[in-house]
Amino acid sequence: MEHLNIDSLFLFDPLSAFFLCVIFLISLPSAVYSIGYLKGESSGLKTALAWFLLVLFLISMGLVVSVRNVFVFLIAWEIMSLVSYFLVVFDTKHEKSIQAGTIYIVMTHIGTAFLIAAFLIMFKYAHSFNFAAIKSACSLMPPQTRNIVFLFLLIGFGTKAGIVPLHIWLPYAHPQAPSHISSIMSGVMIKTAIYGIIRFVIFILGVNSSWWGVLILMLAVISCLVGVIYALMEHDIKKLLAYHSVENIGIILLGVGLAMLFISMNMPYLAVFSLIAGLYHLINHAIFKGLLFLCAGAVYKATETRDIEKLGGLIKKMPQTAVYFLLGAMAISALPPLNGFVSEWLTLQAFFLGAFSVEGGYRLFLGLCAAMLALTSGLAAACFVKAFGITFLAQPRSRYAQNAKEVSLSMRAGMFFLSFLIVVFGLAAAIIIKLLAKVASAATGINTSSMSFSLNNFILSPQAGKGVYLSTPLLAAVLATLGIAGFAIYKLVNREKAVIYKTWDCGYYKLDSRNEYTATTFSKPFRIAFSFFLLPYRKTQKIRESFYHVKSFAYETHTTMVFKKYIYEPILGLVFRSAKFMRKIQPGSIHLYLSYIFVTVLILIIFMRKF
Amino acid sequence: MIKILIILLQLIFFIAVSPFISGVITKIKNNARMRKGQSVFQPYCNLVKLFSKGEVISETSSWIFKAAPFIVISSSLGAALLIPVFIFSGQTYYIGDFLALIFILALGRFFLALAALDTASAFGGMGSSREMFISSLVEPAACLVVFSVSLQFGSTNIASFSGMHPVSISSLVASFALFLVAIAETSRIPVDNQETHLELTMVHEAMVLEYSGKRLALIEMSSYIKQMIWFFLIAQIIFPIAVPCSINTAQIIPWCLWYLARIFMIAGAVALAEVSVAKMRLFRVADFLSFAFVLAIIATICAILGV
Repeated sequence: MEHLNIDSLFLFDPLSAFFLCVIFLISLPSAVYSIGYLKGESSGLKTALAWFLLVLFLISMGLVVSVRNVFVFLIAWEIMSLVSYFLVVFDTKHEKSIQAGTIYIVMTHIGTAFLIAAFLIMFKYAHSFNFAAIKSACSLMPPQTRNIVFLFLLIGFGTKAGIVPLHIWLPYAHPQAPSHISSIMSGVMIKTAIYGIIRFVIFILGVNSSWWGVLILMLAVISCLVGVIYALMEHDIKKLLAYHSVENIGIILLGVGLAMLFISMNMPYLAVFSLIAGLYHLINHAIFKGLLFLCAGAVYKATETRDIEKLGGLIKKMPQTAVYFLLGAMAISALPPLNGFVSEWLTLQAFFLGAFSVEGGYRLFLGLCAAMLALTSGLAAACFVKAFGITFLAQPRSRYAQNAKEVSLSMRAGMFFLSFLIVVFGLAAAIIIKLLAKVASAATGINTSSMSFSLNNFILSPQAGKGVYLSTPLLAAVLATLGIAGFAIYKLVNREKAVIYKTWDCGYYKLDSRNEYTATTFSKPFRIAFSFFLLPYRKTQKIRESFYHVKSFAYETHTTMVFKKYIYEPILGLVFRSAKFMRKIQPGSIHLYLSYIFVTVLILIIFMRKF
Repeated sequence: MIKILIILLQLIFFIAVSPFISGVITKIKNNARMRKGQSVFQPYCNLVKLFSKGEVISETSSWIFKAAPFIVISSSLGAALLIPVFIFSGQTYYIGDFLALIFILALGRFFLALAALDTASAFGGMGSSREMFISSLVEPAACLVVFSVSLQFGSTNIASFSGMHPVSISSLVASFALFLVAIAETSRIPVDNQETHLELTMVHEAMVLEYSGKRLALIEMSSYIKQMIWFFLIAQIIFPIAVPCSINTAQIIPWCLWYLARIFMIAGAVALAEVSVAKMRLFRVADFLSFAFVLAIIATICAILGV
């Protein structure tokens, strides 16, 4: 019965507390939001079911990050996966939900299988399920076994986190769930996988070979780029956001991977600093991605479509939602002085500071990783200019967008709270970084009491001797003052009222929404520049009335999903082919089965005699 | 109090000098083409003209279109504050470093791209899409240049680039890479052409096509300032010189002259580059910027080798 003891079951170190904090910071506004979101969507019983599943989901996530027993951890992990599966297929109106749910549940169980394998290997050495016992046993593990355990954990948690190429389920499952669930899944659930990596790889297993960190960095860079490039091509607003989750998991893992690299190189300051950068981006991503999914849900609720090609002009119909989406878009594009900027700056600084301490080839490697992170943030900015510009600006492209109305108060309240957090986490960076230092210290076991990451409560200063500073409050003050001063001067000089007139139309006089730029055209330069990876193809068809007269023109363009086509479809084909083969030897005839048994017995007898 | 005065002085310096650089570039270009050309003070006249004119605002636009010019000018001026000119003991580098500067400039660009989409004009969308395409490809090269430079100078603090370092191969290559980046960022030939309004080629001009009057003046002003910032950074990497530590007229006047002389050297190089190459197709710009990226990698390798 000793397992039921609370102390031996729960663990409340700063790392667990941090993740609990992330879970409830995002879930609370999402729950408030769901009051308005679920209204009118489904019957009373189904709404009650939605609430029940939501609560179960939160409890299971809370358990995942706070238990100290591998066995209970797995149970909580499995409950979390199953409940989220039910939430993905919750919206039964769409056929796609079932397909998305199936892909999700298969992928997540492949991940869990690897986790179970890793935990069993750990159990073999520790003879206990307790974290502390496993931690002490792991130091005695032979290096090959450690490497295998690490790879199993990476695949297991990587599937949940959505690391490329294990991300395949993410863009299907996240958009299909109701929006407040998408926001929790993207904002929080995939972060439990990061918790798993930090807890089991850094805290329990301990990092002592540098290739672990390098592997994670490489996977992270690939995830960043693949995620953002696919997001640029996507026109379903929730799918676009789901691909951005793949990208941002990559950015978080850049911080975590760097921390592992520096731990193995025995550089405690840099290890803690990198982990802080990763954790900071983790909570930031939870906030702004949670917010963006809620805004996408509001757009869906108001217009009944998720296709941004059919939207436009919503800033006039839904002014508040537009402001919240704009803030989220600015934060995810790492624009100062919001929170995404701070954590990307910290991650870049971790690379730059690390480069001073490492040798030769590692320097170039870190530089290239930093450059790829910069490319990612540039592409993300482009993607959100597209997402915000096409959805909210210009003229409505369909009647869905024309008839949109601002959403209910409870939905706006949820979005407001998260927008507020975006600003707070941007401006209070120097205070938050001190709290995160404690979390990083608990995760790595490094004493951080003598390390300083900020000059005072306003100015960040990693490695004070280098003279590198960043102060978001000061920056915000400067930008605001300059902007307001500019506006004041403008108002002083301005004597006449601006003329409101039509957009210049080259004398065409019939400018309407069909002349606007669309999301497809916006992303065309990117489609061409990255065509080596996207493999775009297009189909044009002339619809003729007669030989001489072309009545209309059909045009279609798509990109090839490389991972799906060249990795998953061949594997799936193999599974189906082997199943077909199995069917042949299992035709249902009792005579054949009897002969199988006879042959088996014969072989066994010969085997026993001979050997 | 003196700090605020110095900050104001720096802002005025940037506002006052930056249009002149554009005027000089146009003059050199015209002279190289055997034309007399407009006066070097033409950009000032243009600004005054635009400032005294009324505005036409598109009826389909929202507050984004109206607010964007103020955000753009505040981001350019905010970035200009991070440049060590009159800040003798270095107070403003507490605001941010070289990396922060790149992100601050991105803020202005983001809003300008949104404003371009806001007017529902296909030209705006075209400019916005192209601008974001080019700027996202610029980022990795710019970041790697900062990386190689910080390896050399020991920090990403812009004020620290002013140590008495001898010119090295790495800083030469890095500054050339940054030169290419600056050409793309300041919409110069071969990436973009400031002199044309041809819809097939324009990038920046397409974005600001719907602006007129005072708001256009603000946007023009902020592009001048942005241009001066980039030229300063290139100059500071090739010819790193120390910022004077005290307010001492004997030091300041030669410093200011040398400061401006370096920027005009870069401006001359840009003008000659502009007259000697043709504008590229948009999709060739990707190759152009890949070249800048490769140069930045070479600069990093040189910095690692210590040459």
